[in-house]
Amino acid sequence: MRYLPLTPDDRQSMLAKVGAQSIDDLFVDVPEEARLTGPIDGLPMHAGEMAVEAHMKALAKKNHAAGDMPFFLGAGAYRHHVPASVDHIIQRGEFLTAYTPYQPEIAQGTLQTLFEFQTQVARLFGVDVANASMYDGSTACWEAIVMARRITKRGNAILSSGLHPHYVSVAKTMARFTKDAIAYTAPQLDAATDGQSLLDQIDDETSCVVVQYPDILGRIDDMSALAKKAQDHKALLIAVVTEPVALGAIQSPGEMGADIVVGEGQALGVGLQFGGPYVGLFGCKKKYVRQMPGRLCGETVDAEGKRGFVLTLSTREQHIRREKATSNICTNSGLCALAFTAHMTLLGEKGLRELALLNHKKAVQAADRLAQIDGAKLINKSFFNEFTLILDKDARQVVRQLAEQRILAGVSLGRLYPEEDSLAHGLVVAVTETANDDEIEALATALEGALS
Amino acid sequence: MSMLAEGRPTKQDADLNMPEQNAVTTHSGNRALMVDEPLIFETGSSDRSGVDFPEAPDVESRLGGLERAAPIGLPGLSEGETVRHYTRLSRQNYAIDVGLFPLGSCTMKHNPRLNEKMARLKGFADIHPLQPVETVQGALGVINELAVWLIKLTGMHGVAMSPKAGAHGELCGILCIRAALEARGDAREVILVPESAHGTNPATAAFAGYKVEDIPANSDGRVDLEALKARLGPDVAGVMITNPNTCGLFEPDMKAISDAVHEAGGFVYCDGANFNAIVGKVRPGDLGVDAMHINLHKTFSTPHGGGGPGSGPVVLSEALSPYGPLPFTERFADGHLTLVEEETVAERHPDGFGRMTAFHGQMGMFTRALTYILSHGADGLKQVAEDAVLNANYILRSLEDVLDAPFAHSGPCMHEALFSDKGFSNDLSTLDLAKGMIDEGYHPMTMYFPLVVHGAMLVEPTETESKAAIDDFVGAFRSVAERAKAGDELLKSAPHFAPRRRLDETQAARKPILVWTEPEEFAQAAE
Repeated sequence: MRYLPLTPDDRQSMLAKVGAQSIDDLFVDVPEEARLTGPIDGLPMHAGEMAVEAHMKALAKKNHAAGDMPFFLGAGAYRHHVPASVDHIIQRGEFLTAYTPYQPEIAQGTLQTLFEFQTQVARLFGVDVANASMYDGSTACWEAIVMARRITKRGNAILSSGLHPHYVSVAKTMARFTKDAIAYTAPQLDAATDGQSLLDQIDDETSCVVVQYPDILGRIDDMSALAKKAQDHKALLIAVVTEPVALGAIQSPGEMGADIVVGEGQALGVGLQFGGPYVGLFGCKKKYVRQMPGRLCGETVDAEGKRGFVLTLSTREQHIRREKATSNICTNSGLCALAFTAHMTLLGEKGLRELALLNHKKAVQAADRLAQIDGAKLINKSFFNEFTLILDKDARQVVRQLAEQRILAGVSLGRLYPEEDSLAHGLVVAVTETANDDEIEALATALEGALS
Repeated sequence: MSMLAEGRPTKQDADLNMPEQNAVTTHSGNRALMVDEPLIFETGSSDRSGVDFPEAPDVESRLGGLERAAPIGLPGLSEGETVRHYTRLSRQNYAIDVGLFPLGSCTMKHNPRLNEKMARLKGFADIHPLQPVETVQGALGVINELAVWLIKLTGMHGVAMSPKAGAHGELCGILCIRAALEARGDAREVILVPESAHGTNPATAAFAGYKVEDIPANSDGRVDLEALKARLGPDVAGVMITNPNTCGLFEPDMKAISDAVHEAGGFVYCDGANFNAIVGKVRPGDLGVDAMHINLHKTFSTPHGGGGPGSGPVVLSEALSPYGPLPFTERFADGHLTLVEEETVAERHPDGFGRMTAFHGQMGMFTRALTYILSHGADGLKQVAEDAVLNANYILRSLEDVLDAPFAHSGPCMHEALFSDKGFSNDLSTLDLAKGMIDEGYHPMTMYFPLVVHGAMLVEPTETESKAAIDDFVGAFRSVAERAKAGDELLKSAPHFAPRRRLDETQAARKPILVWTEPEEFAQAAE
């Protein structure tokens, strides 16, 4: 077997060294009645590269790859072009096959990239500090809510109706066990967000208000008033960014006063990958840093006075604090953070702003084209690269129908909110730099056909 | 020899008996291939970019009046500079590709490159999680096929695939237990966890709202069955047991533990971090386990990536399966696959505890793990466990004459060998030995874990190391251990040959610098 270097002779001599007759002597602690005597029934035996590759390729071919057809899905995962060098960098064995940097003297590569990542994320979000990543945006969002509870010692979280419904589900799931109270209602297909209603809900029992920016329907809303009201009531404003490219075009949540900013970093460097692995982004104001979850990389010096980096503030973490830790998180999303930071380094501020502008303007063009269709109405006054149409028909059916024509039209709100009949006609369409004019026209034509 | 305040030598050449080499200095401070790399914030520029874009269409913006005006402060590099930056940094990292990585409990085995190639097939890498299920039948097929393997390898009833890493899987398992207890109206408050457990276990139980109590160990490094039985009662929701445990030992009483916990109305969570030792040899389902996470990045060779992404599917017993999270795949008799998610949950999975993450889990890790599993097959996986255990026992017996091995008398170990710092010279510690191993060209073993052994050193070679590689490692380990016992002061200032000398972690924590700031701002902040 190609991954196993021991030869039969090696095994014999090693067994002799350990004083065992056979390998089973080393498994004596496993009760004999539970010990398996041969390979488990009903499972295939080992196979060579060619056979495995053929099997996996056959499975891959059954999927409609986004790049093979007009593609307009977003809603928390965005298709952007990833420069070739990003994948090259993350496949360097010294990054790919390293462990969490517990021995900093021989992990400066990972640690310095994490320090650069933290700085990029903090600047993008407009906050003082960021951590070394979380699993994904949805889990980062829940961890932020828990962090707000620790800081405010209150358990009432108010979630905006514009928050991604899967993020809401994660929060509701966890809150059921932690006994946090979650206030949330589903969104309305309207140009206005629920900002005013959120303002009215904040009181002295509120731990945090959670708003998504841009929100699930693509709308962009100023959160300064929310930040102020939250502050007046000693509650925290948590902003959630599922499309970080947007922050190349619009003000950062930190600039508007958000206390904690979390997000999904998948859009930069990581790719779609059917939902994972992704990379959770997590930043906050400096005064809350000791309440943050997750790994943190910090600067220090070595014994010769040279600058170096280490994992730090680990007294917050599970391997030191055990049941008193700020979170149970251990592994984060290191390699995806590397992809994110390498892509961001390639872009730089100039590239990020150009990319953001390109996304936005293409989306404006597409929105105007699609809004001309009889039976489709654009709800957004503002948006970045994603907007919502109200169709004359159930959008789930339209999406399925267009998929049969090999056009991936967007995300139907019926898929995201199956219980909300009022949203069944909503279709969220994302237009990134990867969509060309012909593909946008193909979508428009197919939609016209489906709605006529 | 000049010394720092804390008594460490300030200069490398003072420590080493190689004056002719160390007397040589360079203008740059670099040493041939050992090259320091500045931060991108020191070399990059906000108007430089390594990506070209076409002109944006000439249309009015619709950003709601929230255009970003102020500079963001993100430096860019050209493509060549970017590749060089990260390549230079990568060379300051130790990795499995570079050498044996004996980090106990972490299972640092070779990461096959076929896995990487398969995960990058466009049919897996370039599909969106919310595409219509008709357009992702192959992806659902991967999840389903991997799920079947995990169920059969563990002898369990079901599996939750969505948890993002081991600790997330632990949380999934504990929430299943809690949901099952709530469903029968049984509000139990306590989870029992052995002292030797990974820190994630008590952190998880606490995060899920449980009180955590210790389970005592016996002198052989195993759970004290009688003490456990004595503690069980109507307030105990369950136990979290690592098996093989963190001392590298199989819990021979596992079935009796499970029976006792079930008898008392609780559930058994097994931390599956060490499944590599037993895959294909014994099925946790046959030992009465109710839930166990499997770290695909350990047993099933998906890369650790410098700290993730991991993946932590949780296999579940029949009693807990109804409570597992959304979403999951379901295969119909005709082979068609679907996702059970919010739309069909009421009908297909009414007792599920909900959603733990936005989408379907770590698909990129599923493709890698399935590729690995198919490569090994049922016969190869059994061989994996056998070779991993043989390699660890070989190390245990090759070092027990120089290092104290606290449980070596009780019989063979599983996939990792545990040593203590007993017999070291008074002023030298496990940390010093570890740093000495760095100079020998190795990543150190796990240090100071498990907590139940003084100055613990936990060595896990994995099955992908050859006998020759292990012999070399043992030779180096013996040498450094002898130096630690003899009181060799040079170990105190090790490593001498790494890209950095020992780093000051106290300073890092006392005055945390977590982001880069412009030097003048930094100067002000320090005042």
